[in-house]
Amino acid sequence: MREEANSEQPRTTAKLARPAPGAAPGSARQPSPDALNETPSAPDRGNVGQDVQADIWVKCPGCKEIAFRKEVERNLNVCLKCGYHLRLTVEQRLAITVDRGSWRELFADLAVGNPLSFVDSRPYSERLETARRASGRNDAIVTGIAKIDRRVTALAVMDFNFMGGSMGIVVGEKLARLIDHARARRLPVVVFSSSGGARMQEGALSLMQMAKVSAALGRLRDARIPYLSVLCDPTTGGVAASFASLGDLNIAEPGAIIGFAGRRVIEQTTNQQLPDGFQTAEFLLRHGMLDAIVPRHRMRATLSQLLGILAPRRAHKSVD
Amino acid sequence: MKPSSEAKEVVQGLTPIERVRLAREPGRPQTLDYIEGLARDFFEIHGDRRYADDEAIVTGLGYLGRNAVAIAGHQRGRSTAERIRRNFGRAHPEGYRKAARLFDLADRFRLPIVTFIDTQGAEPGIGAEERGQGEAIATNLVLMARVTVPIIACVIGEGGSGGALALGVANRVLMQENASYSVITPEGCAAILWRDANPEKVAAAAAALKLSAQDLLDLKVIDEVVPEPPGGAHRNPAQAVALLGAAISRHLTKLSKMRPQQLRRERERKFAEMGNGFLLRSTARIGDSTA
Repeated sequence: MREEANSEQPRTTAKLARPAPGAAPGSARQPSPDALNETPSAPDRGNVGQDVQADIWVKCPGCKEIAFRKEVERNLNVCLKCGYHLRLTVEQRLAITVDRGSWRELFADLAVGNPLSFVDSRPYSERLETARRASGRNDAIVTGIAKIDRRVTALAVMDFNFMGGSMGIVVGEKLARLIDHARARRLPVVVFSSSGGARMQEGALSLMQMAKVSAALGRLRDARIPYLSVLCDPTTGGVAASFASLGDLNIAEPGAIIGFAGRRVIEQTTNQQLPDGFQTAEFLLRHGMLDAIVPRHRMRATLSQLLGILAPRRAHKSVD
Repeated sequence: MKPSSEAKEVVQGLTPIERVRLAREPGRPQTLDYIEGLARDFFEIHGDRRYADDEAIVTGLGYLGRNAVAIAGHQRGRSTAERIRRNFGRAHPEGYRKAARLFDLADRFRLPIVTFIDTQGAEPGIGAEERGQGEAIATNLVLMARVTVPIIACVIGEGGSGGALALGVANRVLMQENASYSVITPEGCAAILWRDANPEKVAAAAAALKLSAQDLLDLKVIDEVVPEPPGGAHRNPAQAVALLGAAISRHLTKLSKMRPQQLRRERERKFAEMGNGFLLRSTARIGDSTA
C-alpha cells in the first residue's frame, strides 16, 4: 500500500463517520470485537423495532429479546441469544470485511435524476433526494477496491436502507463498471447483495440493468476471474434473478430471505400456505440452490480462504 | 408494410392502460401462431433434461425462409384447458432451462435465434422457488449475452419483468405497437407504490411505467416498433403474423452478414448502454465490452 493510503479517508466513511472522524473501515486479520462500534450507525437506519428506543436498545427480530445495541453490535450485529443475523449498514459491512484503511471507493459520483419523470404519491426525484440525504450517497450500492485479508478484491456492497436496495441504472452501471474494471486488472469480484429487486420508478430501464450486469459477469467468466456472490437479507426479485445468483460460488448469511417472487405474491397466486422457513437461506441450501451458508463471524475468513483457492497470486497488489 | 391511417388513429388515441388491455387481448396471435404462420418444418424440442417439460415455453428448430433457426417463445394458451396446461405463459425454472438448452444448441450449430415474448412474468410459486427461478432466469441472461449467433426478440403481448427478459437479451428487440413491456404489471406497481390497486391507480401506474412500444423505443430499450393491423393484432391475426414476419426477415438478413464475435459485441454494447443517457455525471465506460 502506498503512503497516501493512510492520509486519505475512504470515501464512504468520510461522509458518514460523524462522531468518529478517525473511523476507517476494516480491522486486521480478524474482525475486531469492537468492529461495528468504529462506524456509528444512524438511528434511522437501524433494523430495530420502532417501539424500542433505537439508540440504546435493539430488539432481535428472531427471538424478540431486547438487548443493548452496543453489545449486539460488538457481536457483529448477531443476536447473542439466538444467533439471528440483523442487517448491517454498508459502513458496518465494510468495517468487518475489509482490511483497515484499504477501501477505495470507485464510481461514487454516478447518479440519475428521474428518467421517466415518474410520480406516484411523491415524485421519484424527491424519494431519491430523501434517500441521498439519509445515506450520504447517490444510490443503493457502493463499489470499490479493497483488501480482504491482504487480497486485493473488487468489492460491492448494496445498501438496503436506500430505497430497499433497489436496482436502477446507477446500481447496474456501477456494478458493470466494477466488473469490467476487475476484469481489466484481473481482480476477483465479491458482491454483498441486499435488495428488494428492480427499482420500479425507473421502469424497463431498471429491468435492463439485470441484462447489463449479467453480460459483464459473462465477460468476467470468460476471463476466468472468480466472482463470489454473498446473499444477505433480503435478496429478491431482479437482483436474485441476475447477478446475485450468478456467483462462481453463491454464499448466504444464515436466515437471509432469498427468492424471486415476494411472499405475498406467491400466497395470493397459489392460495397455498407457504412451508415453514420458505425462501430462507436454509431452505435454498436444502434445495440445492446455494453453495454454503456462512455465519457472519466466519465470512471474512471464508472469503479469504476461497479467494486464496480461486484467485491465488493476487495478494500484495495495490488497491490504487 | 405500413398500417392504414385508420389504424394509426385508433392506436394513437389509446391511453397506456388501454394499450395494456390490448396487449392482453386473448385473440392476439401467440407464439405457436407465429411459428405456424412463419416457420417451415418446425420440430418442437421438449423438456429441460433436469426436471420437466414446461409448456409455458415452446422451443424448437425450423426454417424462416431459407434460414434454419432456433425458436423459443412463451405460449399463454387459448382454451381454458390449454391455458392451465401452459400455466398462462408463466414459466417455471424448467421452462427457462429448456430455452437455455436451445440457446446453447443454436450457438454451437450457428443457428440464429428468434424469441417471442408473451408473459405476465415468471411463475411465482413454491415449486418455482424451490427449483431456483432466480437462478434459471439469471443463467439465461448470461447465456443470451454470450452467444455468437444473431438473436431477434419479439414482444408480441405482455412482456413482464424478468420472465420476459429471460428471452429478451437480443441484438434486435422488436415490439408490436400494442404490446407492453415492463418491470412490473401496472396492478403490481399500483399495489406497491400507491398501496391501492383500484382501476384509477392502475391506470396511473400504467402511464408512469412508460411501458408502450413508442416509449420504450424512445428510451432505447427496444429497437423497432412493428405495426399491427387496424384495431390491433387480434382483429386480423394473419396480417399481424405477416407484418411481424416481414420485420424478422429484414433483421435476420442484416444480422446474418455479421461475424460471430461482432454479433456478441454489438449485443453486449447495446445492453451495456441501457439507461446511461440518464446518468447525471461521468458517462464514460471503463473497459467497454471487448473481450
